[in-house]
Amino acid sequence: MSTDTPDASADGAPSRAELAARVGELEDALAEATTEDDTRKMSIVATKGTLDMAYPPLILASTAAAFGYEVTVFHTFWGLEILHEERSKNLKLSSVGNPNMPVPNAVAALPGMDRVTTKMMERRIEGNDTATIEELVETSLDMGVEFQACQMTIDLMDYDEDSFYDGVTTGVGAATALQDMADADIQLLV
Amino acid sequence: MSAEFDITETLDVKGASCPMPVVKTKSAIDDLAEGAVLEVVATDPGSMSDIDGWAAGTDGVELVDQEEGDDVYRHYVRKTE
Repeated sequence: MSTDTPDASADGAPSRAELAARVGELEDALAEATTEDDTRKMSIVATKGTLDMAYPPLILASTAAAFGYEVTVFHTFWGLEILHEERSKNLKLSSVGNPNMPVPNAVAALPGMDRVTTKMMERRIEGNDTATIEELVETSLDMGVEFQACQMTIDLMDYDEDSFYDGVTTGVGAATALQDMADADIQLLV
Repeated sequence: MSAEFDITETLDVKGASCPMPVVKTKSAIDDLAEGAVLEVVATDPGSMSDIDGWAAGTDGVELVDQEEGDDVYRHYVRKTE
């Protein structure tokens, strides 16, 4: 083997110029790939609208935004209640079906009991200085979180698009959510 | 420890609980210049772990110090870029 590297080598091996061009191409591709992946992304699908289940997606969304993540929350079915400006302030909680609550199911099913359970939780939220749902939605919007309202469930459940918080994206479906999930570093279904 | 850095600004998040201490710290840091040190005063015991984790996972910030008092937790975050 020779120690010098002639520009045109024998046996049809690539020349130095060809190799240099190839290295250039790879460097460009690498630069593009690394800049594209610079921003971390999180994609959440929010499907629940009870008071307790509205918290996890909002807490994670605002926290991820604080970490610098680009965050999308796709709201579908009861998750749309979180985006409803009026109703999000009055989300309900039920003891029915939750054996960890201090109320037997037979009692919890009585008329008016959901209101009692909800009041109990609201008092705790206030006493603990836990952020309200409204506060978390507004904070997340300020931090650039994108809230999406699933168009199919808007139509199915007869939501008025004007009743959502300002800044909520409508006119999106499963394909949009899937695209977000495919691009995201973290994907969650709540 | 105050010999090591000067506090540029103090953020009071006493009373606030998760996720607000981290969220408000992030917003306050955004308004500061590079090199500034933000003091965050919290009563949420979870802020010790949360602000530490946030600073470790976020570009452009560095946790300089944390102090655990009786009921108050102090965090010192430097903006590095």
